[in-house]
Amino acid sequence: MSLLSTPGEKAEMLESAAVQGRSLWDDARARLLRNKAAVTGMIVLGLLVLLAVIGPEIWPHDYSTIYRDRVWTSPTFENWHWFGTDAQGRDLVARTLVGLRISLMVGVVATLVSLLIGITWGATAGFIGGRVDQVMMRIVDILYSLPFIFFVIILMVVFGRNIVLIFVAIGAVEWLTMARIVRGQTISLRKMEFVEAAEAAGVTRLNIIRRHIVPNVLGPVVVYVTLTIPVVILAESFLSFLGLGVQEPLTSLGRLISHGAQDMEVARWTLIVPAATMMLTLVCFNFIGDGLRDAIDPKDR
Amino acid sequence: MIGYIARRVLVAVPTILVIITVAFFMMRAAPGGPFDLERPMPAEIRERVMTAYGLNRPVHEQYLSYIGDLARGDLGPSLRFRDKTVADIIAEGFPVSATVGGLSILLALMLGTLLGSIAALRQNRPSDYGVMGLAMVGITIPPFVMGPILAMVFGLGLGLLPTGGLDPRFGMTPERLVLPVITLALPQIAIISRLMRASMIEVIRSNYIRTARAKGLSESAVIFRHALRAAILPLVSYLGPASAALVTGSIVIERVFQLPGIGRNFVDAALARDYTVVMGVVILYAGLIILLNLIADLLYAALNPKVKYD
Repeated sequence: MSLLSTPGEKAEMLESAAVQGRSLWDDARARLLRNKAAVTGMIVLGLLVLLAVIGPEIWPHDYSTIYRDRVWTSPTFENWHWFGTDAQGRDLVARTLVGLRISLMVGVVATLVSLLIGITWGATAGFIGGRVDQVMMRIVDILYSLPFIFFVIILMVVFGRNIVLIFVAIGAVEWLTMARIVRGQTISLRKMEFVEAAEAAGVTRLNIIRRHIVPNVLGPVVVYVTLTIPVVILAESFLSFLGLGVQEPLTSLGRLISHGAQDMEVARWTLIVPAATMMLTLVCFNFIGDGLRDAIDPKDR
Repeated sequence: MIGYIARRVLVAVPTILVIITVAFFMMRAAPGGPFDLERPMPAEIRERVMTAYGLNRPVHEQYLSYIGDLARGDLGPSLRFRDKTVADIIAEGFPVSATVGGLSILLALMLGTLLGSIAALRQNRPSDYGVMGLAMVGITIPPFVMGPILAMVFGLGLGLLPTGGLDPRFGMTPERLVLPVITLALPQIAIISRLMRASMIEVIRSNYIRTARAKGLSESAVIFRHALRAAILPLVSYLGPASAALVTGSIVIERVFQLPGIGRNFVDAALARDYTVVMGVVILYAGLIILLNLIADLLYAALNPKVKYD
């Protein structure tokens, strides 16, 4: 005898199941959307990304055009120099837009590089376990304690300023935390009762990984990714400050800021505009990251 | 405990060796050499100088002799400054870097702990939002922006503090240290207060704090005697990464404020292919970071009875 005796009851059950069927992800999304700071961050970041993608294409000035007679023009609506011009008379709106584009690109690509290395390393260590795990994590511990920035600097000095190298160099520095997080998650998940239950119920290994492990690893990883992007953008700006970032006339927010800091006494706007843009971008990422963390793991709210 | 320290030191030796090797061969892979100046010197003299510094020998021979010298504690001569050895350069610059870095981490720990605790104890109230907002600002403004802005406001604008560097002629007067120390400390204050807030919130919700309150302890006794001790632990394990961050920051700060420290010279040395100086600085900082990590781990074990190293 089935518990569901009549078709009507069955339909009712299904219906109520559909109403109650909220996954943890639905809860997380609801919590995220209730978080005003995170929502604001997402909207503003969306606008910034849009500006970075299409802005340089539609703005009347090109980022590399030099107007020799308009050096350090203060912000004005004349000639579309809304944010003024820099030491070489280049339009600051155009340069900031391109800088934003490069900075976001460096942030995302370098973070993806770190994600790739970190997940592979951490998941391998976590899954295999035992001695392999010990050795792999010991390597991470050792690398953790190195002055990596020196290697990045040497790398940039040795192989010249190359944007691909920036991606790889910064990504190679940031993967360590990712590896630790993924390994920790993998290990604790493998011992979880629901994984055991799934195994006992005869779910295939692939499905366990797909339906139970991945979604649970994903949460902390997504949070960490959102919080890594601003760190990477700052790292790039650090290299730019040392003169090791992207090559002129191409620019990044960090490079614009470091030029602005030099010219601050004669042309304040050359510092304020890119610095404000960068702060806005980083604050957005941080709000989104914090919001995601609170939404996915709401323990300290 | 002593066994643990000995093992950590034993692990540190191959680590440093790997660092030395990688840095050595990376530098040598760089195109150009220390004597490829803008005004080229006559080939004959260049040849003689290269021979004098042993730069004409095959790279692996140079490497072995460098390791040999290093084992005797000789970091070699600077290739850029004819009359200085690497040890001289480090001896001149390190006290400055260490003073600024040490004061910054002290300031960051004190202020960060204080602000983070305040934010946690006033969770979701204006002072919490205030502190966390400031922390967000501290994290998002890079030191090389904060430095010039502080210099402009307090140095040029208000005329309160000198903006120039620690010129050896004037000595390391305290007021010359104020702006560099604050600039270097700000991001760390921000990070530490966030860490502190999170861990404090977790601690004050734990059962033993409820017990402490239930048995009628005063709020200050609960916080200072019970909560703070446990909440401070994550900060101790952050000290390792913090020291690495300070090293990175010092490179910037020493440029912005023209401090005669070590970090300032590093990039210039790398660009000028001053191999020995680059190596010396890398070894110094790697050793320092490894040492600080060890101290942080030992401190963690000393403070946390749950952790035992043996």
